[in-house]
Amino acid sequence: MAFHDKFETVEVNTDVLIVGGGMAACGAAVEAAYWGKKYGVKVTLVDKAALDRSGAVGMGLSAINTYIGIAKGENTPEDFVRYVRNDLMGITREDLVYNIARHVDSSVHLFEKWGLPLWKDENGNYVRSGRWQVMINGESYKVVVAEAAKNALGMDNIYERVFIAHPLVKDNRICGAVGFSVRENKFYVFKAKAVVAAMGGAVHVFRPRSTGEGLGRSWYTPFSAGSSAYFTTMAGAEMTCQEVRFVPVRFKDAYGPVGAWFLFFKSRATNAFGGEYTVERKEELKPWEPYASVKPLPANLRNYQGMLDEWAGKGPLFMRTEEAIANLAAQYTDEKERKKKLRELEAEAWEDFLDMTVSQSLLWAATNVRPEEKPSEIAAAEPYFIGSHSGASGAWVSGPEDIAPPEYQWGYCNMTTVKGLFAAGDASGASSHKFSSGSHAEGRIAAKSAVRFVLENPEAPPEFSAAEIEALKEKIYKPMELFEQYKGYTTDPNVNPNYIRPKQYMMRLMKLMDEYAGGAGSAYQTNGPKLQRALELLALLKEDSEKLAAEDLNELMRCWENIHRTVQAENHVRAVLFREETRWPGYYIRNDFPTMDQENWKVFVNLRRDPNTGEYEVFKRPIISIVD
Amino acid sequence: MPSYVINEKCDGCKGQDKTACMYICPNDLMVLDKERMKAYNRDPSMCWECYSCVKICPQQAIDVRGYADFVPLGASVVPLRGSEDIMWTIKFRDGSIKRFKFPIRTTPEGSAKPDGGYSTAASDDIKGIALFTEPDSLHLSEVPTKK
Repeated sequence: MAFHDKFETVEVNTDVLIVGGGMAACGAAVEAAYWGKKYGVKVTLVDKAALDRSGAVGMGLSAINTYIGIAKGENTPEDFVRYVRNDLMGITREDLVYNIARHVDSSVHLFEKWGLPLWKDENGNYVRSGRWQVMINGESYKVVVAEAAKNALGMDNIYERVFIAHPLVKDNRICGAVGFSVRENKFYVFKAKAVVAAMGGAVHVFRPRSTGEGLGRSWYTPFSAGSSAYFTTMAGAEMTCQEVRFVPVRFKDAYGPVGAWFLFFKSRATNAFGGEYTVERKEELKPWEPYASVKPLPANLRNYQGMLDEWAGKGPLFMRTEEAIANLAAQYTDEKERKKKLRELEAEAWEDFLDMTVSQSLLWAATNVRPEEKPSEIAAAEPYFIGSHSGASGAWVSGPEDIAPPEYQWGYCNMTTVKGLFAAGDASGASSHKFSSGSHAEGRIAAKSAVRFVLENPEAPPEFSAAEIEALKEKIYKPMELFEQYKGYTTDPNVNPNYIRPKQYMMRLMKLMDEYAGGAGSAYQTNGPKLQRALELLALLKEDSEKLAAEDLNELMRCWENIHRTVQAENHVRAVLFREETRWPGYYIRNDFPTMDQENWKVFVNLRRDPNTGEYEVFKRPIISIVD
Repeated sequence: MPSYVINEKCDGCKGQDKTACMYICPNDLMVLDKERMKAYNRDPSMCWECYSCVKICPQQAIDVRGYADFVPLGASVVPLRGSEDIMWTIKFRDGSIKRFKFPIRTTPEGSAKPDGGYSTAASDDIKGIALFTEPDSLHLSEVPTKK
């Protein structure tokens, strides 16, 4: 009996398979359930966690960062496209951003009906904290959104605690996915006509600033392990913006949000000597015109100015919370009114953290910080991979029929270049700033499109033979087999020349990315030779991924998460190497090409891994503007 | 330890096949030690301190001790989550206490209707750009497009 025979094989046949459990997957679930019911199309969702709290919104949020306000004439989708385009230094699929923008208000209105408390002013309008943001009491944001998804799909069609390890693909046609239960000895084979990939972004590719217990206090969720990038890349999909990492500047160490402080409380950020780097370092942004002159200043350029201050010895940088609260309270001359306002502001400031980064409250309490009394440190974090916020990495997907130019359209909206494989949320690229609400809306767009694909392509996808499935099963459980085989060789199972445990592997990946690909520990700087060296070391690491060992099912998931992260890492290094310029200096600097080159590089850098040979092809795609 | 389980309070969810914390942890960290009938966090360095286990524990047996890397001892942030709101008690290192209460939802638990009560009457075209509740849920008469 082979080792993997002790795991029962469970085959699930469906039409549309949604992989993931976050905002995009929940959006996909409600939308696909409706069209599926109408047309007799079966929809199944598989999540590695429990839907209520899975994904990046699980802890909660204090704001919805994308609400256009079209119906009340606040903004148009065109306005949003201009904002996103500038923030990403011109590198944006305007058709995709427009599409999300025209649907996102619909998702936000649904959230309100489902029970999410949105702040309202005296006229019943949402309270804005910025041009695109609305304030919420968002502790249960994800619980409420998951509830609608569950009610739409029914728990019979939802598989929780099943980790998807690998796509099933043949002749550039998606056929399903395989994975394993992290709780039972069950191997899952999902056969599907269409798959919606929505497994989030990637964390712990770069070494974080905290490497002890605080490793888990990443800004983005530590359970976002590059599974979207792996699934789509390994299926053979064309990927885009793999060089566009995101470096958030947040309250130092606990990574509490700064958005409300900048936008809602109108706080300034200064260096340790009171200097305001966004004012004092205007000139230094000249190489990045015209983006250096747009308002608001692109996130990466603001980051860069702060980094310059840090490098010049002017740190620490501070969020001037005490000044901001004093300024806001000063607007009230009546003492009683002023005190009341101060109490309100204090509660709002704490809620901002308690709703979405409880650790930051804990850090403030543990260091006796009262924001009205003294400023708090902010710092640039380690790089992350997300298709949202001011990041852009993800799969290259087909645009909406009525808007996308022919170069961006090859079939169904949000379908990747692999037939039947769709992507949404952090899984789809070049459509930044979707955030929670836009990811939900994009999940809906992709899901409707996937149901349509199934209706118009009713033939069964290519079959996988029993032997092929068996080979995948063996490969997936290999880390457990290795551990069993060799654990007795040494007196301490952690140090064993026959295998590498997942935490050790992850440390090696993060170290090489930090040191050669420009992580936080290398001041976000790299060059061609360093990137070449990163590729050499990645090649050795990939060979050693065959020697990952797992003691139990939880560790088996950790092994596969690291295999997933490695693909995101390699995609990134190849794209950074290919783009011979520095376009987002606050994300990374190519020391050998330190400025922006609009003439040659105002293009998308896309890449594709050939699933048959494993060879990469990296190439340019044009930027086509649809909004003036 | 990020999240930790208080020995005295944890009852292992009374011998059910999985505990509440195991059910909810988004990173699959909480496990039940079946011999002791106590839950524990198996890898604190992979814990996001999302407080999902703290909020769901029926015995209020789980708390968080800030990351050893950078959080001084002596503080605590404790939630009490009800069906409509959440109460937070923040204890500072210097002993002072702050309490905040915030709403968490406006509807009864379990009641979220997928269409939110919006009309799906206009959504009969699988090829059209309108999602199933649109244009009603946009509060518009049609989905915007570029002319």
